Amino acid sequence: MSTATSSEHLNIVIVGHVDHGKSTLLGRLYADTGSLPDGKLEKVQAICRQQGKEFEYAFLFDAFLEEQEQGITIDTARTFFNWKGRQYIIIDAPGHKEFLKNMISGAARAEAALLLIDALEGVKEQSKKHGYLLSLLGVRQFAVVVNKMDLVGYRQDVFEGIEKEYREFLAQFGANPERIIPVSAKLGDNIANRSQAMAWYQGPTVLDALSAFKKEMVRSEQPLRFPVQDVYKFDARRILAGRITAGRLKIGDHLVFSPSNKRANIRTIEAFNIEPVLTSGEAGQSVGITLDEQIFVERGEIATHQERLPLVSTAFKANLFWLGKRPLEEGRRYLLRVVTKEVECEVAAIHRIIDTMDLSQQQGSKTVIRNQVAELTLRAKAPIAFDLSSSFEATGRFVLVDDYDIAGGGIVTEMIRDDQEVLREEARRRDFAWVKGEVGIEERAQQYGHRAAIVLITGGRHTGKSFLAKKLEARLVADGRHAYLLDGENLRRGLDADLAEGQRGQTMEMARRYGEVARLLADTGLIVVSTTNPFGLDYAEAAQSIKTLVHPTPVIAIHMSKLPEEPPANADIVFSGPADFDAATRRILDELKRRGVLAQAIGAKPTFQYSI
Amino acid sequence: MKHLRQLEDQSVYILREAYKHFDNLAMLWSMGKDSTVLLWLARKAFFGHVPFPLLHVDTSYKIPAMIEYRDRLAREWHLNLVVGQNKDALAAGMNHTLGRVTCCTALKTNGLKQLLEQKGYTGVILGVRADEEGTRAKERYFSPRDKHGDWDFRDQPPELWDQFKTTFPPGTHIRIHPLLDWTEINIWEYIKLENIPFIDLYLNKGDGTRYRSLGCAPCTTPIKSTASTVDDIIEELRHTTVAERSGRAQDEGRGMELLRKDGYM
Repeated sequence: MSTATSSEHLNIVIVGHVDHGKSTLLGRLYADTGSLPDGKLEKVQAICRQQGKEFEYAFLFDAFLEEQEQGITIDTARTFFNWKGRQYIIIDAPGHKEFLKNMISGAARAEAALLLIDALEGVKEQSKKHGYLLSLLGVRQFAVVVNKMDLVGYRQDVFEGIEKEYREFLAQFGANPERIIPVSAKLGDNIANRSQAMAWYQGPTVLDALSAFKKEMVRSEQPLRFPVQDVYKFDARRILAGRITAGRLKIGDHLVFSPSNKRANIRTIEAFNIEPVLTSGEAGQSVGITLDEQIFVERGEIATHQERLPLVSTAFKANLFWLGKRPLEEGRRYLLRVVTKEVECEVAAIHRIIDTMDLSQQQGSKTVIRNQVAELTLRAKAPIAFDLSSSFEATGRFVLVDDYDIAGGGIVTEMIRDDQEVLREEARRRDFAWVKGEVGIEERAQQYGHRAAIVLITGGRHTGKSFLAKKLEARLVADGRHAYLLDGENLRRGLDADLAEGQRGQTMEMARRYGEVARLLADTGLIVVSTTNPFGLDYAEAAQSIKTLVHPTPVIAIHMSKLPEEPPANADIVFSGPADFDAATRRILDELKRRGVLAQAIGAKPTFQYSI
Repeated sequence: MKHLRQLEDQSVYILREAYKHFDNLAMLWSMGKDSTVLLWLARKAFFGHVPFPLLHVDTSYKIPAMIEYRDRLAREWHLNLVVGQNKDALAAGMNHTLGRVTCCTALKTNGLKQLLEQKGYTGVILGVRADEEGTRAKERYFSPRDKHGDWDFRDQPPELWDQFKTTFPPGTHIRIHPLLDWTEINIWEYIKLENIPFIDLYLNKGDGTRYRSLGCAPCTTPIKSTASTVDDIIEELRHTTVAERSGRAQDEGRGMELLRKDGYM
């Protein structure tokens, strides 16, 4: 293989309907640029002779013999060649619709695409689907290659008919191909060399079109997005590692972490075997930074500059393609991943299914089946930071995990303001203006031997909430922990004395005040044990408000009921039926250990790494 | 140089994802140029540390200089080296004259499987590259293996936007391939850029030959070459049209397809 060194490489995907000649085009590109290793051609020809069939260029890339027997590319093969100082990594994606997930896997890492259409067959189902998906996947640079022109007598009117039809289709979702090129991959017309048979075509060859694709570097010019991938403490340094997905950062920059609203300045940029020492980083780079203050941040938070914060909400609208073996269902739960953040989510609504053949929309479906595209609303269990895909690529897209597999992917089209929006803004403004003492939260944790947390006990009347809360507080203090029982009744006669009882709006104001008090107590490093007694039947809403206000302090949500009933969403532990309070207390202590609030149980993997 | 840094950034990201998601993670190290670059990238990713064991499946037929080099770097870089060997097969007299695929399966594939089973590794990092040979071009960055270590290349999970398969049923494991996008020449350019110590078997030492790919002594032959420095190698590779693994006997016929489907690295 020609392995001349190149200053730049570009990932290209070749897509299109099955049998429209993708592998043949690849074989031809390699042969015509002299990029095949010695013996490769001969080896494949020998296998063809053994199997008694005619050699085709496509066979060069269908490396599995099994594939050659079936005659279709099963998976995304990657090959490399060099042309005019640039290395092309060619991802050959299968056109058969059964293998859409492989096409998507290939296209998702491409910077530019070639989309093939067979001149004889014209625009087919997968030609349209692939065109639409390229747009959805964010591949904006692409050229359309109309292949097998030899089979239509190299006729200009056939080419122009296809060009018109396909451009009209693409225009419906704003896609615009750089070039549309008539070729015969089999005979080599307009691949490396200009075709003698199509003098009417004046545009570039396929290789010319490849050379014209740009390496996209604009992400560095965007506002900073630095999703935290991990926090390391291998030695004296506490390093936040991650890949910058947009913008730049440098030593001294003031960073805000969302959704926790924690803030600190960059002290150093760490690297191994790099001289001179790094002072800045930009989009695309995997970096490590240390901060001037020991704040607790975890994987999944997005660091930005304060001027351009990401969106934070529990819900967004999205366009999604589904690849799962079982259909996506409204109301079902999946694991949502946005860059490095993982959170459980629910499909709140499926608005419509989009038919990629004619872009018609079908409403009222409660499921999305494999290979369909849909518009839907997702609701996450906890607030997450993200962007609209129209503004930021990496932080504006997501995947859904069903069982063990990535089963779908999509782009965020709209943030949905949830009912916590106002309180979240209050918390953000309050946190940004928070005056800190000399003693940081990490130092307090080190002194106390545990982190701050809120144990929030909800449930109906006479379920034993107060009794359990008192028992838990007593047990924690007996164990040497700093715990405090915050009973809502104690706020009612004092802090809430100006509020009229029984009015709904007042109940929510009580919840807000309760949340702010809990936030203060958590900042002192306490484990706050609390019940939502004063909120009566509005306890679920009150609990949500409290959670929003104390975020990111860990909240352990306990729900109690006398009868088996549907527990509120987001409960960590549910006790139903007559309670065994000793067992319940032990269960809560285990949960505090599991969440890293108390020292780890031996052998248990913490939900997050707690390093001081 | 910029393209090498881009490759490095992607590999480092993959290594960090692997470390985050797998409790019982290990990296395969054959002491060849690729897995040594991989090891170097781990030191990049973890700021000079290698926070997981390095596995060497020792067939007993390796070139002695490779073992010396292995032990020296393990000492100098404070590596947690774990050596595995299919002792039963060796005791029964397994060697390449019994058939190359048979020997590779017994000493490498089964040696690896035994080691994985013994230690219960659920994530194994390997230095395979897509441009080495056809079956590797089909690989994912995170590639699942079933209970028997087999690879179902026809039904691979989707992988998009740097989101990888990091959850898997009990009893199965994931192979992680951070070097998939690197070419042979990228490897040498990077060795030069970072000044990574490598085995001098890759260099011509006056007899007009050097190894281009390292494996077991009986099944690996040197190529004719006058390249005696890294620069020479890079220059040579710019002009060669000979396949990298032409000196590796197991690649003949359908060898690699059969081996890799069955769990070979």
